[in-house]
Amino acid sequence: MTFELIPFLKDMLSAPGLSGYERPIRDIISRAWEPLSDELSLSNLGSLLALKRGEGPEPRPTVMIAVHMDAIGLMVTAIEDGFLRFTQVGGVDPRILPGQPVIVHASNSEPKDLPALVVMPPAQLLPKEAGTGPLAQAYLLVDTGLRAKDVEKLVRVGDIISFASKPEELAGDTIAGHTLDNRASVAAATVALEMLQKRRHQWDVVADATVQEEVGVIGGLLDPIKIKPDLAIVVDVTFATGPGGSGSTNFELGGGISMNWGANVHPALYKALEETAKDCEIPIYKEFSPSMSGTDAYGIQVAEEGISVVEIGIPLRYMHTPVEQVAIKDIQRAGRLMAEFITNLPLDFMNTVKWE
Amino acid sequence: MAKKMEAPKMFKPKMGKKELELLGKLTNALAVSGDEQEIRQIVMDELEGFADEMRVDHLGNVLVTKLGKGKKRLRVMVAAHMDEVGFMLIKDEGKGIFEFRTVGGIDPRQLVGKQVIVGRDHVPGIIGAKAIHLTTPQERKQVLPVTQLRIDLGPGGSTKAKPGDRATFATELQVLGPTLCAKALDNRLGVYNLIQLVKNAPENIDLLAAFTVQEEVGLRGAKVAAFSFNPDIGIAIDSTPAFDLPDYHGEENTQYRTHLDGGPAIYVMDGATIADRRLVDWLVDTAKAENIPWQFRQPAPGGTDAGAIHRVREGVPSVSVSVPGRYAHSAAGMARIDDELNTLKLLHAALARLDEKILLRQE
Amino acid sequence: MAEKKKDNLLELIKRLVETPGPSGQEHQIRAAVREEIEGYADEIRTDALGNLIVRVGSKKAGGMRVMVSAHIDEIGLMVTHIDEKGFARFLSIGGVSPLTCLGNRVLFMDGTRGVIGMESIEPGTMPTLDKMYIDTGATSAKDCPVQVGDVCGFERPFLDMGKRLVAKSMDDRIAAAIAIEAMKLVKKTSPNEIYFVFSVQEEVGIRGATTAAYGVNPEVGIAVDVTGVGDTPKGFKLNVELGNGPAIKVRDSSFIADPRVVQWMVNEAKAQKLPYQMEVLTFGGTDGRAIQMTREGVPAGCLSIGSRYIHTPSEMVDRADVENSIKLLAGLLNNKIELGEL
Repeated sequence: MTFELIPFLKDMLSAPGLSGYERPIRDIISRAWEPLSDELSLSNLGSLLALKRGEGPEPRPTVMIAVHMDAIGLMVTAIEDGFLRFTQVGGVDPRILPGQPVIVHASNSEPKDLPALVVMPPAQLLPKEAGTGPLAQAYLLVDTGLRAKDVEKLVRVGDIISFASKPEELAGDTIAGHTLDNRASVAAATVALEMLQKRRHQWDVVADATVQEEVGVIGGLLDPIKIKPDLAIVVDVTFATGPGGSGSTNFELGGGISMNWGANVHPALYKALEETAKDCEIPIYKEFSPSMSGTDAYGIQVAEEGISVVEIGIPLRYMHTPVEQVAIKDIQRAGRLMAEFITNLPLDFMNTVKWE
Repeated sequence: MAKKMEAPKMFKPKMGKKELELLGKLTNALAVSGDEQEIRQIVMDELEGFADEMRVDHLGNVLVTKLGKGKKRLRVMVAAHMDEVGFMLIKDEGKGIFEFRTVGGIDPRQLVGKQVIVGRDHVPGIIGAKAIHLTTPQERKQVLPVTQLRIDLGPGGSTKAKPGDRATFATELQVLGPTLCAKALDNRLGVYNLIQLVKNAPENIDLLAAFTVQEEVGLRGAKVAAFSFNPDIGIAIDSTPAFDLPDYHGEENTQYRTHLDGGPAIYVMDGATIADRRLVDWLVDTAKAENIPWQFRQPAPGGTDAGAIHRVREGVPSVSVSVPGRYAHSAAGMARIDDELNTLKLLHAALARLDEKILLRQE
Repeated sequence: MAEKKKDNLLELIKRLVETPGPSGQEHQIRAAVREEIEGYADEIRTDALGNLIVRVGSKKAGGMRVMVSAHIDEIGLMVTHIDEKGFARFLSIGGVSPLTCLGNRVLFMDGTRGVIGMESIEPGTMPTLDKMYIDTGATSAKDCPVQVGDVCGFERPFLDMGKRLVAKSMDDRIAAAIAIEAMKLVKKTSPNEIYFVFSVQEEVGIRGATTAAYGVNPEVGIAVDVTGVGDTPKGFKLNVELGNGPAIKVRDSSFIADPRVVQWMVNEAKAQKLPYQMEVLTFGGTDGRAIQMTREGVPAGCLSIGSRYIHTPSEMVDRADVENSIKLLAGLLNNKIELGEL
């Protein structure tokens, strides 16, 4: 065993890596992928690409596995009396922020990480329009506990702030932490790479930990132009049933993985992957994204001359909060499904992918 | 003595029985963004034998190349989107009742009380609403959101369709005097016109016909089609709204967008594209020279495939020409047969007089 | 001597800001820029969308292919309808606020002038563009000198206030001026192949820079553009202030500037001992986005010039900021580019 899933996942969940600033998480993934692949490289904007060569004759077709590694978080916009004003990077509901432990990655500090808290100023210091409801992000502050003159020295406008919650194993083989969106999927891709070590496959595989998905599927739009895959599998998280999620678009945590059906996926690829899932007895939920998936699939599909895409979802509770929750079993399922599918990919597979 | 010259092949579009049949096939087909197979099939069947190359790409665009003759031919991409707005079933609630979502921009006020068709077999269904007797006056003031509406295929209908299937309005093409009345005139008129252009392609250009997918969900097919074709010029042909209805207060309607009977609508600017002025002039000059009625589409929001085409690679000078149509994105729209024919006529005449000099003017 | 040079800068800015060029109608401003730079360029071309692409130098050992983008289009109006009495209804090209329209004068590309009027509205309500019209002095639709599709920009002369400079379309002609002045300072010893792009159609969605960057295929890129400031009474809550130096963008709502480019700019400002300020903008977008999204992706950033009253006919910048931006940009281009680790 070259890697162990839960410790690896916990490592990832303890690391920052905001969109555009993915280095810390990339270093962790890089260490895990290095022994599982033939070649590691970086895209121009910092996506991590792990190539595992297939056995087919050259030129071999390539399957891309896209899993974004970036995290949502906050960014300093101003320093006022030693307190930090901030904006968000990616979609953060400001209602989850008051009292949240965070880390300010201060440019001029050594070591760079300053633990801090998001704080809510008392009502008498706020304008009337702030109201008594949830406080808008503009009124919140970050307090590092340091004195104003030190904050001025250490922190620079534009410094990033990440969530500091620690990963926690919960009952029922589930795990909770910040940024399981989408490190659960990075773990799944790693499971797939691990399984492929002992198998024979014809196609080249490029696992791609993409950057800046949370701010507009940037890696998804750019990386396929570098990789030039023949088909792409995107793994991202999807909504699990639970408190706050009970509609027809939610799936049971630990009950299986989802596959996306809609304009961004190739229907023939969907069917092929679904077939594999059936053969391996992996339970699949059909998830409907009629117009757009809101994941890297949305970008990859329209790269250059267009790419055939399929998408897997790992059910997750409390998306974009610092206590996201995922079932370990679902991560393993997603990884295994990809490994099985790739193992069984014949060289001429794309000739069988037809529009009908 | 004048050199003997071959008379240019006259192209006189008409709307006879055969043409109406094709148009009916196109408008009645179900091809919601992301699942354009029915139109794709019609297009490929129609153009079998007419093209130098025809292929389907990774998104489902049909890319047709019709090469011209002679030197220095411009590579002209003409794009018509095949997809229409519609629905996707997302949950089977049993007994043929399905929850659904809309695809593309549809006003939810257009849905209630409509007949629909579902899936490849065009299974008939209905979108009902609570009886007026059972509603309160307060309720009747609320727009019914899509999440509260259902598509009902009738008891036993659950065996005839499944979540993931697409659906659209059940309207069939009719001719009402001078007018075509159908669903999805946006953009089956464009598809129809592009089929006719390929069949009657002028020989001075290489015609790169792109029957595109996913226009209604963000001009996605045209983006990859344009990258593949890498053309010199891009032309999107579509149908554009005519809001040429009376103003409630009887004042002058200053926001009509286009008028029926006004002829082909030439774009200057919409939300996605500022048209290349050289191409605008070329179309206007052609219309004037050929005595074809024309109008500018009022500059306004909205977009066509040109929005994607002109931004591809190092840029593609682009313009759009549309057939004016009322009530787009609803169960039934209306367009004038004359506007349709004049649009086709203008496009053909303009393409036939196109040469590389057009791009020499510095703009 | 120094005094004379300053005059030249003012004259250049005046010429650029007073030339009309709403998005899609950049031919006059493009010609003006071309005249200004002709003597300094190694290669000049105009691409399919009308971007003016100017190469200076060629790549030497250790050098990079750099794109500098300053957009030359400005916001404006387009006629949508001439009503029966000859009033021209219009639509905005780019972000035009109704608040800045009423009573303003506009200049059409053919020289026709007009003034903006408005229907009567409920007292206390906000005006909207569809209630406004351009009055060209016509007495009926027949003698109206403009037609549907015609384009105009706002007409306002350049104003030199000494420390502060005011004009319409400082956004983004001030950046064009900075790029032109920096171009003049590029040394023969620069190892870099520099493409100055005077881009079109930025105001309608960063379109010109998208295709220009594809053509240039740069290894690193910098947009030069104006940015909002937080130094006016109860204004935006922004960190940037007029006169505090060039602003180095960390992000705006269109992109996250590449941290390597940010640091490169900070290092250069420090090396030259220039004042600078960090910019985090929660709205807006620039050509930097287009450069970043080119092909496989390009490290890109943005040098911003703080400006008050953006998208009004009286955009105000600080003269020292402009001069320091020229120095910063020239320094960035003249030296071997050291982008730190990814």
